[in-house]
Amino acid sequence: MKGGWLRSYTIGYLVFLYLPILLLPLFAFNDATVIAFPLRGFTTEWFSQLTEITALHDAVKNSLYIAVVTSLLSVTLGICAARAATKYEFPLKKSIIGFIMLPLVLPEIIVAVSLLVVLLQLGLNLSRWTVIMGHVLICTPFCIAILNSAFGNLDASLEEAAYDLGETRWSTFRLITLPLVMPGIISSLLISFTISLDEFIIAFFLTGTEPTLPVYLWSQFRFPAKIPVVMALGTILVMASVLLLTFAEYFRRRGIRRSGGKDTGGFL
Amino acid sequence: MTLGERLRRWSRTESASGLLLVSPTAIYALLLLLLPLTAIFVVSFWTQDFLTFDMTFTLKNYREAFSDPLYMLLMGRSVLISLSVTAATVILAFPVAYFISFHVPANRKSLWIFLITIPFWTSYLIRVFLWKVILGYNGVLNSGLLGLGIIEEPLTFILYNANAVVITLAHAYAPFAILPIFVALEKIDRSFLEASRDLGENHLVTFLRVTLPLAMPGVVAAVLIVFIPTIGDYVTPRLVGGPDGLMIANMIQTQFLRLNNAPMGATLAVIAMLIVTAISLGFILLNRKFLKGRK
Repeated sequence: MKGGWLRSYTIGYLVFLYLPILLLPLFAFNDATVIAFPLRGFTTEWFSQLTEITALHDAVKNSLYIAVVTSLLSVTLGICAARAATKYEFPLKKSIIGFIMLPLVLPEIIVAVSLLVVLLQLGLNLSRWTVIMGHVLICTPFCIAILNSAFGNLDASLEEAAYDLGETRWSTFRLITLPLVMPGIISSLLISFTISLDEFIIAFFLTGTEPTLPVYLWSQFRFPAKIPVVMALGTILVMASVLLLTFAEYFRRRGIRRSGGKDTGGFL
Repeated sequence: MTLGERLRRWSRTESASGLLLVSPTAIYALLLLLLPLTAIFVVSFWTQDFLTFDMTFTLKNYREAFSDPLYMLLMGRSVLISLSVTAATVILAFPVAYFISFHVPANRKSLWIFLITIPFWTSYLIRVFLWKVILGYNGVLNSGLLGLGIIEEPLTFILYNANAVVITLAHAYAPFAILPIFVALEKIDRSFLEASRDLGENHLVTFLRVTLPLAMPGVVAAVLIVFIPTIGDYVTPRLVGGPDGLMIANMIQTQFLRLNNAPMGATLAVIAMLIVTAISLGFILLNRKFLKGRK
C-alpha cells in the first residue's frame, strides 16, 4: 500500500505520544508503592485515599474557581478582539492583534516573573486573583484563535438582512451573530478552562497561600510514598481533560458546520 | 468644523468601531503584558538592597551575568538543549504531518489531528512526572527491560541528564511542530506535484524540489513555536534533568523565589529573551527566500 511505512511510523509516533498517559491508570490501580514492572495486583486504595486529603480538596476548589473565572474573562476579551479583527479594518490592526497573541509564544516563566515584579512593586498580595490575571493573559490568544474562525466563517449578509428588517446593532448581535458563533464560544470556554486547570508555572509564581491543584501536585512529587496517590489523581485529571476536549472539539465542529465553513482541523 | 464635531464624525467610522471593540483586550494586554515586560527590563538595571530595590541605574547585574561561569553555563546549555529539542521534534514530526496531509482521506484528517493534540492538553506536570517514572533507575523502562532479560543492569544514561530533558520536551512539544507543518502541506496545490511527475521527476526529486520548499513556511513556524518556549521551560529540567540538566529558567526561579534577588533574575530573563530573539531572527533571515512572495 502507498505510504505504508509512513503509516507505521505515524502509528509508532502516536504510541510514543500516548505512552505516558496509558501507563497512568496501570499504576493508579497497581497494588504497590513502587512504580515499576511487573504489576502486583488490583487495588482502589489510592483512589480512596484521595477522598481523605483536605489540602487536596482545597486545591481543587481553588483551581476550579480560578479556571471558571479565567475562562469567562478570557472568552469575553477573546470575543471583543476576534470580532474586531474579523469585522473591521483599523489602524495598527496587525500590531495590536499580534501583541495580544504574543503570550502564545512567550515562555511562560517570562510572563510569570514579569507579572510578579509588577505585583510586588504595587504591594498587592498574591491570591487567587493574581493567578487569574496571568491565566487570562495566556488563555485569551487561544480563544481568539478559535473565535477568529467562528466569526470569520460568518455570512455578513445575515447580519445585513437583520439591520434591513429594523433590528438594532445590539439585537442583531444577540439574535443572529451570537447563536451562530455559540459553538465557538463554548469550545473556547472549555479550552480556557482546561488550560487554566493544568497551568503550573504562572500559578507557581503568582499563587499566595491558596495553592492550585498543579501547585499542590508539585509539592507532593517530593514524597516517594505519595506517588501512587498522585498517579490516581493524574488518572482522574487526564480523564477529565479528555472529556472536556472531546466536548470542545464537538462544539468546534458543530460551529463550523452551522456556519457552512470548511473544517481546517485542530485548535491552533 | 469644531473638534467635537470631528470627533463625533470619526467615532462613526470603521476604524473607530474596530479600535473601540478591540480596546478592552488591547488595554488588558497593555497593562498585564507590556507594562510588566517593561518593568522587568527596568528592574534588570536595578540591584537588590536587602528587602528593597536600589533604583540607581547600573550594569552590575549584566556584568555579573556575563562573567559568572555558572550563569553562562546554564545559558549555553539552555540554548543547546532547546536547539536539540527543536531539531528532534521538527524532524520527527515532519513525516507525521506529511502522512496526515497526503495519505489520510480528507474526512478523517481532523480526527487524526485531534488524536495528536489530546496528549498535549492533558496535565503537563503529570506527563513530565511520568517520564521521570518511565526513565528512572527503578523505572518502567528499566524494570521492563530487566524483566524481559534484554539488559543485565539498569540503564543510567537516560535519567537526570540533558538526554532526559530532550526526550521529555520533544514529547511535550510534538503537536506544536506537527500542526504548522500540516497546515503548510495542506496549502500545497497538488497539481504542482503532478506537473513535476509529468515532467519526468521521481518521487524523491519531486519531494525535495517542490513539496519541501513549499512546506518551508510551516517548518519555520514549527521551529520557532518549539524553540522559543522550550528555552524557558522550568518543570522538565527540574524533574528529569538532575544537576547536569538544569536550565536558565531554574536559575531565574531560584533568583526570584529563593535568593530573593529579583533584579538578577530579571537580568537573566532579559538576556535569555534577547538570545532567543536573536537566534529566531537569524533563523528567519536564513529562510527568507522560502517565506517571501507567497500568500
